[in-house]
Order: sequence, then C-alpha cells, then structure tokens
Amino acid sequence: MKIAVIVFPGSNCDRDMAVAVEQIAGVKPIMVWHRETELPKLDLAILPGGFSYGDYLRSGAMAAHSPVMREIKARAASGLPVLGICNGFQILTEAGMLPGALMRNRGLKFIHRPVTTRVESSRSIFTSRYQAGQVVTIPIAHADGNYFAATDVLDRIEGQGQVAFRYCDAAGAVTDDSNPNGSARNIAGIFNETKTVLGYMPHPERVIEPLLGGSDGRALFESLIGALS
Amino acid sequence: MTTATYSAEITPEIVAQHGLKPEEYARCCAIMGRTPNITELGVFSVMWSEHCSYKSSKVHLKTLPTTGPKVICGPGENAGVIDIGDGQAAIFKIESHNHPSFIEPYQGAATGVGGILRDVFTMGARPIANLNALRFGSPDHPKTRHLVAGVVAGIGGYGNCVGVPTVGGETNFHPSYNGNILVNAMTVGLADADKIFYSAAAGPGNPVIYVGAKTGRDGIHGATMASAEFDDESEAKRPTVQVGDPFTEKLLIEACLELMAGDSIVAIQDMGAAGLTSSSVEMAGKGELGLELDLDCVPVRETGMTAYEIMLSESQERMLMILKPGREADAQRIFHKWELDFAVIGKVTETGKLVLKMHGETVAELPVEPLVSQAPQYERPWEPTPAQPEIAASSIPAPANLTETLKTLLGSPDIASKRWIWEQYDATVMGDTILRSGGDAALVRVHGTTKGLALVTDCTPRYCFADPVRGGAQAVVETWRNVTATGATPIAITDNMNFGNPERPRIMGQFVGCIQGIREACLALDYPVVSGNVSLYNETNGQGILPTPVIGGVGLIDDVAKAVGIAAKTEGETLVLIGDTKGHLGATLYLREIAGREDGAPPAIDLAAERRNGDFVRGQILDGAVSACHDLSDGGLLIGLVEMAMAGGLGVAIEALPAGIPAHAAYFGEDQARYLVATKDPEALLAAARAASVPAMRLGRIAGAILTGPGLDAISVEELRRIHTGWLPAYMAAEPA
Amino acid sequence: MKVKVHVTLKPGVLDPQGTAIGHALGSLGFAGASNVRQGKYIEFDLAETDPKAARETAKAMCEKLLANTVIENYAIDLA
Repeated sequence: MKIAVIVFPGSNCDRDMAVAVEQIAGVKPIMVWHRETELPKLDLAILPGGFSYGDYLRSGAMAAHSPVMREIKARAASGLPVLGICNGFQILTEAGMLPGALMRNRGLKFIHRPVTTRVESSRSIFTSRYQAGQVVTIPIAHADGNYFAATDVLDRIEGQGQVAFRYCDAAGAVTDDSNPNGSARNIAGIFNETKTVLGYMPHPERVIEPLLGGSDGRALFESLIGALS
Repeated sequence: MTTATYSAEITPEIVAQHGLKPEEYARCCAIMGRTPNITELGVFSVMWSEHCSYKSSKVHLKTLPTTGPKVICGPGENAGVIDIGDGQAAIFKIESHNHPSFIEPYQGAATGVGGILRDVFTMGARPIANLNALRFGSPDHPKTRHLVAGVVAGIGGYGNCVGVPTVGGETNFHPSYNGNILVNAMTVGLADADKIFYSAAAGPGNPVIYVGAKTGRDGIHGATMASAEFDDESEAKRPTVQVGDPFTEKLLIEACLELMAGDSIVAIQDMGAAGLTSSSVEMAGKGELGLELDLDCVPVRETGMTAYEIMLSESQERMLMILKPGREADAQRIFHKWELDFAVIGKVTETGKLVLKMHGETVAELPVEPLVSQAPQYERPWEPTPAQPEIAASSIPAPANLTETLKTLLGSPDIASKRWIWEQYDATVMGDTILRSGGDAALVRVHGTTKGLALVTDCTPRYCFADPVRGGAQAVVETWRNVTATGATPIAITDNMNFGNPERPRIMGQFVGCIQGIREACLALDYPVVSGNVSLYNETNGQGILPTPVIGGVGLIDDVAKAVGIAAKTEGETLVLIGDTKGHLGATLYLREIAGREDGAPPAIDLAAERRNGDFVRGQILDGAVSACHDLSDGGLLIGLVEMAMAGGLGVAIEALPAGIPAHAAYFGEDQARYLVATKDPEALLAAARAASVPAMRLGRIAGAILTGPGLDAISVEELRRIHTGWLPAYMAAEPA
Repeated sequence: MKVKVHVTLKPGVLDPQGTAIGHALGSLGFAGASNVRQGKYIEFDLAETDPKAARETAKAMCEKLLANTVIENYAIDLA
C-alpha cells in the first residue's frame, strides 16, 4: 500500500499524520513536498493539518494552488482517495474538490478541545469501521472551521449522503450548544459525491492511543487500510 | 580616564536618548580612543543596555548554582542544556517580553514566543513545548481585558501556527501590574546531546551568513526600551514594536534543523532583541575573534536604510551563522527550498574588531573584547525588605460559612480556571502531550521513546513581596513539587527575574533577596539554574510590580505510563495528605480574598522537608501506589482537593482535618511541602510514610458527586466546577466599565 | 499600473467579525453604525499599461486566488 502525506510550507501535523499512518497501517507513508509536479502510483493521499502559507489570505487558499495540488486533483478525479484533516479540509474546499468553505469560527477565537462528532454514514472507505450514529471524541484545533455553503448546496449534499460527521453532544444529539464553531447544520466533515474524498475538521491522528487522551481516531485509519488493502 | 568627547552628531542629548549615562559614554570614548559615530554609539547603547549587559544583576546572578551532573550547558548561551539520557538533551529557556506586550499585546506576546523558540532551535533542538507565565493588572483596571485578549491571541497566533504545543503556564492578576504586565515565555526543545550548536565564532576567513526574513525598520531601540521605565508617553512609542511572522519562523525551524543535520555550521546565533548588533558582537566576543560585515549584502525590505538602522533593527525571524568554508552552496539550497533569504554578509577575521562596511566605506569599527568585557556592571545599593510579622491562625477570625468561602475563593481571579485561555492554544500538536494545562506540571513524551519531560512555571509574587528570600525559595520549590507530583524527577530550572527599578534600593533589595532564596532552594534540591532572563524597570510613574521571579522547572520520567495527573477518578479510593499542616494564613489568598488583607509573613520553607516529602511521593507514584497526586499551593488544602475532584468528576467525603488548628486555617492555610494523593491502599501508604518519617494522614474518600467535610455544607462538584470555570469567560465577555 | 482589490463577504454570509466590530463601536459610544461588514484590501503594481487588459488580469487573479467566490465578492480599482 502506498500512502502519501503532502507537505506544504507551514504544514505542522504532517509528522503526526505519518506517525499515525505508520502505527496503524504498518507502512511508512511517503512525504511529498508541495512543489512536486509528479506523483508515484498511490493508494491514498493525505493533506495534513497546519497553517499552510501561514493561513495568510484565507486558510488553505494558497496551498490549493500549489503545483502538487494540480496532480492531486487530477488523480482524485480518476478515483484516488484523498483525506484532508483540518487545514487539509480547508485546502480541499479552496481547491474546489469539496463544496462549501470554512470560515472564521463564530466565537472568532482559535479553539482547541476534544469535541464529540456523530458518524453520519458508515458506508464509505473512511468510516466503515465506525457504526452509523456512533459518537466519537476527537480534538479540534482551528480558528477557521465554520463550515458554510449555500442552502441549496447544503440540501444537495445532505440529500446525497455527503455529510460524513456532525458536531453533537455526548448523547449524539445535534444541538447548537455542541456546535463549537458555528458550522452550518453542525457539519464537521463531508465527502465528495463519490465518497472518495473526505474533509474533516477534528484531528483523528491525535487520538490513536489512550495515553494521549483517547483512541477514537483509529477506526478512521483502520477503515481506510481495510478498504485499500 | 578619557573624558567624554562630543561632536555635532553625538551630543549629550543624543547620548541620553540612547540610555547611556555620561560616565558610561565616557567609557565608550575611552574604548574607542575617539568620539564614536552614531552607528557605533547605537552598538554601545544596545550592548550596554540592561537587557543585553545584565549590568545591575550580573554580580548577583553569578551566585546561583549552575552546574550539576546533568548540566551540559549552563547560562550564557542561547539556552540551557541538560542530559536526559540515551544520548538526548533537553534545551530550554524562559524569556520576558513585558514592555512590548503592554504597548501592543498581540504582537508583543507573539514575538515573545517567536524569540524564545529561536533561542532554543538555534542550539540544534526541535522545540517540543511552550509555556507562558502571565501577570496582568487588576481585573477592574480598564485596560486589563484588552491586554488579556491580545496577549492570549498573540501567544496562540504564533505558537499554533509554528506547530509547537503550548502545554502549560500560569496567569495571575494584581493591581501592581496595571501599568506593567508580564509576559514570560518558555520553550523546551529536544536535541541529540552530541549535536548541540553554540554561538562562538571560529575560523578566520569563514563566511558569515544571514538567513531568514528581511530586515526592516521594526523595533529599532526595543532593547533600550525594554530597559527603561514607562511613563504616560510610552504608548506613543508603538512604532518600535516588532511584528511577528510565525509562518516564516516555521520555515526557519525546518530549514535550520535540515542544515544542522549535516556538519556545515561552525556557530549560530539568533537575532533577538538588538538584532544584528548583539548577534554579531556575541559571536565575535565568545570566539575572541573579529567579524567584518558588508551591510550592503544584508537583505532589506525597505529602501534607504542606514547602517545604524540595519544594525539596530529588531525585525524578527532572522539568524546569523558561520559556516565551514565551501558549504555556502549546500546551505543556500536548503534555505531557498524553504523560500527564505540567504546571504553571505561577511567573514570572520583575526582583528578582534567588528568592522561594518557600507557603500565601500567603513562605517563602524569597534573593538569587540572591551565592548563585551568592559560593559558597565553595578553593585547597586540595596536595602533588605523589612520582615513581616508572623500572623497566628487564631488571630484571623473564622468566616461565617466555610462553603461560601470556598466558593468565593474558587471563583477568585487567581484560582479560577484559566480554560478560556488555554483552549486558545493548540496543546496536542506533535502527538506527544500526555498532561497539559489545568493540573500541576505538563508532561510531554520524548518522541519515539517512553520517556517524558515534566514542565512547569511558577511564582507566588505576594510571597516575594512580603519576604523575598522565602518567596524566591518558594517559587523554586513549587516547581519542584509540581514536577514531582507527576512522578518525574526534577532536573534543572530556568529563571525569569521580573522586578521594578533597580536604581531604587528597596527594589534592588527584593532582587537580591529573591536570588538568595532561589540559590538556597536550588542547592538544597540539586536543582541548578541553566538559563534565564532578567527584566528590570517594570515600573510606571514610580509604581513597581510585585517582585516576580518566575521559575520554569524541567523534570524527567523514564516511563510516561507511570505518570499520574491530578484527577481523582477512581471511586472508593482514599485521599491521603502528605506533609505538615500548621494552618499558615499570612500572605495567603484566603487573607487577601476573604479578609481583605495582604500582610503577614509568607509560609516558611523547610527545604529538608520538601525534599523528604517529595522524594517519598515520587517513589510512591513510580511504585504504582498512587493514582492521582496534586501539590498544595494557592488556596491550600481545600482548593487542591476540589481541583482533584473537579478534574476527576467525582465527589469527596472529607472525614478528618489536621488537628489542633481552626478549620479555616486547615482548609485554606498555605503550608508548604504538602501533597494530596489518591490511593487504593491507604494503610500501606501511611505505613510507608511512617517508615520514611514523612507526615501523612488519611483525609477522606473519593465517592459520588458531592463534596462533604467538617464544617462544610454538602455541595456538588458540578456546582463547584461551574463556579471555577465561570469567572474568566464571564469576565472576558463583560463590557468594559 | 496600481491595482486595488477589495474583497468582501457576500450579502447573506454571516460575518461574525463584522458583528464584533459593530458591537465594539457601539460600546465605544459610536451610536448609529449598523450592518458592519469587514473585508480585505489588496494592492499591487501590475506591469500592464492597457486598463482593459489590466482589469482582465486582475479579474482572473480574484477568481483564482484573491477571493473565494463561494463566500466572497470582489471589486477592482485601477489607478
């Protein structure tokens, strides 16, 4: 299995992601610098969290136009699975690979804390090892995680089952109190239409062992490894 | 002695504006053998500022213990280095950015974080954790809210972006900081013990390299500003505040570490306060060599910059390096990959002089050795702080209701939860954070091993004000206890000495007293000082801050799986109190918040008891006999106990209190050398304590969701948590008065 | 040619920063400021002398990078 973690200037969860992938998949991912214009044959590309280009202009805006993203976009169009976490999700929306945009949190502040999100569908290569409706506790760490899309777009992605995770309370109820950043319809993660691309604001790579505060993130990687091997 | 000579360019007024006293200027002229030009005067003023020369503090700092079996490098380099086994080293330092943060809180705090990060990665370490010790004015002061918001956003904005977790720190409020907030930032990094980089220049002919961001007119005279008292015009000095660029810093970290993986670097120094001046003078001075720099080669982002401006600019995210000959192309390739400026700006010489050239002319020529060694040093007159009376617990009336007292203290600014602050910091990036803000020390795993570093900052300024010697010692022992309470063994400290105007004997006496206390505690605990920073002149209109010697402590645990936190989370376990409780109420939070008094002597420090009790507790943790541990400090036993209960989400039934003292003194007294531990086998623990001559008593049981105890009304832990976490968010959301 | 670009949130897109600014103005005693919206200002020199061509280039820059047209509008000034 060949997995690539794409590194942009300002990425800072690239090592964490590589550690998680290696620990769960048993293979070391290749680290691909953003200036690369050609990619080897891949089974999965991961856009890690961080502050690519310092989040200057808009989070993810400049990384979305880096040379490697042209290649990622082309490969994704022909079915390459792509996972974007936090800044990676922002890059995917800026690159037009996922609908909507991630705006400044409604409280205007950076927020780092464990949040509960509900798995909306277990029928995807990213979520098959979760149960639909399962509540997972995974930390967020972002200033721009407030998901926005026009109403018709929201209706469409909901209708097509593209909502992957929603912020919820501990019992799984989707409430305004459990929405940390103001995201439309509490959306924390979305798929593309073919469910081969996932963008997710929380950081599953940070909760893969109890010593670090939990292991709810493991199943996401286990789902992928299971589907791709 | 040569007398001072002046010129049209260098008038007595110009000298005064550079913060040099007439006799100091006379010494410049003697060293130069002539009247310096303006660029040379600028270099002297920076190097001889309090910030760079430690002229008021050096004679006292020299008395601190700085060596030990685990010390690889003590004070004097960019940061201190300790041995953490397996060929690895921890590199750390704390540094203040007080004045800039008061003037522009976001950028001041952000560049403070950036500066301390550079101090650490300059030595070859990857930064793995940040901590911040913050002191603000009274919550009622009209500026406080704005300063808290700006400083916290600045620390987060920088630390989050560079991807180094902010894992701990502390925040206090007191009116003495109304005009002088304190922002002390600590960074801890990890390196291989045989790949540590130092700053001494070597090898005449070797190229001097400038890397990082371009130079602008930022912060010219920041170092002299940081050494001057504030007055009402200070806010107009805003243009001298630097702007931070954490994105460039992140690239600089990666580029430097990539270059450091090879063997091209001879010496490296970051350009912090005083920029190119201090970095070049320090490198030349330590190497006992000269440097010749061509200022035309310095990357600049503004046009028409003079030699003076280039030398004194405090633009951030820049480094100066000396490379081995012929390695320029390799190094340049790395820096260009990371889209950073890279320029050869000069060479090492044997002349012992710092020679600056511009437009083909020599614009400054300074002898380095006397510039460094003849920097003024003062033994400033000092007065000891008058002893405060010991206040007997029996002389302080009991409150009408102990539960209401608990609630008041729990929601008071110094004890209330700082969650509103630390939720704005990314604490878990890098994937090794095991314990974070909200407990005793933070614990960060050494990547790829089972080892962990316990990290903490502490100071109790009200103790230092009442008795600087006890207060200085207490700051050290509290860090030692906090590290111990996780199960880690304390190794070394870094100190950030924040004081008022040292030219006033009372203030200087506070400094001298705190140093004495720190020294005594470090010696007794084998806990040396490996790095530090001094910030003086924290005064506005003659009003000085409380003496605030912040101590950053670092400890090591071999197996992080054995570490414990403060959360009492096992139903049915027993809480055992370790250490002697005498009910000391002088200079306590109880006295200040409940009785409205700030007098009295602070608690006595028994260093032998600290060591005995701490070693016992650590041993019990490592033996697995203890599932949670918390040191007792601000607010005393009951506050510590409630913090454990809130963290674990369980209630506690207190069964007995220390005998022979009033209940309010037992609950809220701040006697030192104490811990509260949770255990499933209290008999064994008490027996072990008896055998070790450590005072210990069974205090109560962890159960349910309610707190009960002698003299207390039953109250739910949820209610206590609401009070504890409620104050700061409500305060920050409120409209300014 | 100097190009000046203003990027603003589209009407209807929630602007919490603008709301906060409006709130702060009110608490500073500036009554009467409502519907506060904030945005970005970007300026640069373009090596192009024909205004029509310059505007076309600037428009392409906005569409591609300077604005996120999912949430933002832009306005171009040439000087």
